Amino acid sequence: MALTADVTGKNAKAAAPRRRPRTRVLSVGDKLFLAVLIGVPLLALLAFVWLPALASVGISFTQWDGIGLSSIHWVGLQNYKNIFTNYPPFWPAVEHNIIWMVFTALVPTPAGIFLAYQLDRKIRFSRVYQMAIFLPVVLSTAVVGFIWEIVYDPDHGLLNNALGTNNPSGKHYIDWLGDPHLNLWAVLVASAWRHTGYVMILYLAGLKSVDPSLREAAAIDGANGRQTFLRVIVPAMKPINVTIIVVTVMESLRAFDMVYVLSGNNGSKQGLELLSLLITNNTVGESPRPGYGSALATVLLVVSLAAIVTFLVQNFRKERQA
Amino acid sequence: MSRGPITDRRTLLRGAIGGAGLLLASPALAACGKSSASASTGSGGGGSQVTFGSDGSDPTPRKAYGALTSAYTAASGMQVRTNTLDHNTFAQQITAYLQGTPEDVVTWFAGYRMQFFAQKNLLHPIDDVWSQIGGGFSDAAKKLSLGLDGKAYFVPLYNYPWGVFYRKSVFAAKGYQPAADWDSFVALCGQMKKDGLSPLAAGFGGGDSWTNLGTFDYLNLRINGYDFHMQLMGGKVAWSDPRLNAVMDHWRQLSPYLEAGASGRKWQDAAQSVFDKKSGMTVTGLFMGQAITDETLRDDMDFFAFPAIDPTHGQDAVEAPTDGFVLSAKAKHVDAGKKMLEWIGTSAAETVYANVDPSNVGASTKADTSKYNALQQKSAQMIASAKYITQFGDRDSDPGFISAVVEPGFAQWLASPDDGTSTLKKIESQRSQYFTS
Repeated sequence: MALTADVTGKNAKAAAPRRRPRTRVLSVGDKLFLAVLIGVPLLALLAFVWLPALASVGISFTQWDGIGLSSIHWVGLQNYKNIFTNYPPFWPAVEHNIIWMVFTALVPTPAGIFLAYQLDRKIRFSRVYQMAIFLPVVLSTAVVGFIWEIVYDPDHGLLNNALGTNNPSGKHYIDWLGDPHLNLWAVLVASAWRHTGYVMILYLAGLKSVDPSLREAAAIDGANGRQTFLRVIVPAMKPINVTIIVVTVMESLRAFDMVYVLSGNNGSKQGLELLSLLITNNTVGESPRPGYGSALATVLLVVSLAAIVTFLVQNFRKERQA
Repeated sequence: MSRGPITDRRTLLRGAIGGAGLLLASPALAACGKSSASASTGSGGGGSQVTFGSDGSDPTPRKAYGALTSAYTAASGMQVRTNTLDHNTFAQQITAYLQGTPEDVVTWFAGYRMQFFAQKNLLHPIDDVWSQIGGGFSDAAKKLSLGLDGKAYFVPLYNYPWGVFYRKSVFAAKGYQPAADWDSFVALCGQMKKDGLSPLAAGFGGGDSWTNLGTFDYLNLRINGYDFHMQLMGGKVAWSDPRLNAVMDHWRQLSPYLEAGASGRKWQDAAQSVFDKKSGMTVTGLFMGQAITDETLRDDMDFFAFPAIDPTHGQDAVEAPTDGFVLSAKAKHVDAGKKMLEWIGTSAAETVYANVDPSNVGASTKADTSKYNALQQKSAQMIASAKYITQFGDRDSDPGFISAVVEPGFAQWLASPDDGTSTLKKIESQRSQYFTS
């Protein structure tokens, strides 16, 4: 790693003097245009993303009942101490977020890639399959939650009726969303149902844009289908691969709406705790604790930034090296 | 895809950070719910109007509040603009709602939380209203309407008791008898199980884990009495207090008789399971009647008081949550709002409401009971004869503590009931975070 960084550093230094400072003449109109073009999005970003985020970090060091500003008082790291040492749903939530990420990366993502690869081979009814698999993505995750709530309902649900396991007094009664050992997986199936289509469409778009001559060249060189895909197509689609990895990580960390629907709106059902739900539980509610909720949100922000930044920095490095 | 990969990644990075940042802007979530509020009924007519924020989103209460407001319009010529919000969402967002742009007259509950909002100056005192309507209420109802500063903030509309509900025809067919004490109650559960019924219908899935508090409250009231229960609710007694061990122990005795799959079921479906004669009984409130769709069923429903456990306390306490109205401090039509509350405080309003929603009992002593069905009459009697009236776990205590700590704790415990000491210890360890002052 250190070596890579060094090489990159040298390259950057070596590259710098080569660039000659160019003098540009910009008219007042141009400058104004540029200022507006950069300024407006920048202001929007600051006002709607960074200001709330930083305010939230600030609030996370306070205790506040959410009524008026006079009731805020500074408690330092107390909220964080409570979260890490004395908040039973916190560690399960972390665990579930990790399971969510690993599962999404291992099951629906490869499944989506596989489907995209198959659909790209110009099989019959390709459009029909494409639409059918993509359809769940068009629905909002909350709606997906409602659909699966009907499927999983223990008494009247589709699944239990089909399996004949809908009798509460019977021997085999499956409480898909209530059983803490089962409900996370039930929700993950619902989430995968949607995520597969999402990954498929991203990957399919990528596959369509791959230069066909690459395949031909590979075929002439005598590569079989698997080799062509793994050695030629996948590397050629690097931008798409990065997109998919980032999307997968992000979707796992911000997983919220579907579980919120499926676990009911007080959220913290055993087996389905997620960081995003804990944040909501503490910030909205009959007696909210914005300080505590903000501390949880800050934890999630740090985790998200760490995951994404690490990945992207590594990628930029490889990029420069190449 | 024709753009350079680096540009792509920068866009992505920004998107990623933005995504994480947006999560932090959680007040936005509160706003979401509000915007989904349903359309108003009746168009506001300039000065002679009052706005009404209602949490009656279930079909029956919705119709009943609709009847109430149109009756008021007919009686006073005042236009009422109603904004109905989802029942659970309303409770969750009440703090933001009262600080934002609330309606004038708002549905709310008596008890701890009403007093808290009054203390925070989010409610408008309505002593002048009470000087008009006070004669129609009992001292107990009046006491429930007072804030900690001794001023009135609340006008009760109705209350409803919690008890053990069952179908008469099921009891008659199997020869079951209502249980008055603990041993016969457990024996009755056992018999039902033998007969192939699920003895106690239960549903605390979705957002309904509050329903478990009914059983807990009653067990605690029967075993440790009213005073201890209120101290516990007020955060003045430790949840690790040894007196609670008996409560958990009794609850554990009931756990094998709870309907399977309770943690994935909503209370309405638990009620349905009793209606369908799949379950024998259920511990719930009279509001269970709101889930009745076939009116002939109503005559077949009956209930008995939660069985006595310790004879010193007997059945002296009834859990009877009181619903009513407050005037928000930010009300735009204060005088019109007070007039409406005055009218609501008369027994006429309650009659209008009860005609549509017969799953409550009027709070006014002058309420017309002649049209009450058998359940309502029994309820009124039960509440009137009670020595102590409690409001319900999440109304007698800090609702944040109850919903974030106690309810998940109990739901988790019910999945594999043990002696409960670790659950109680967990609850106790978080108590001080909520009851600070």
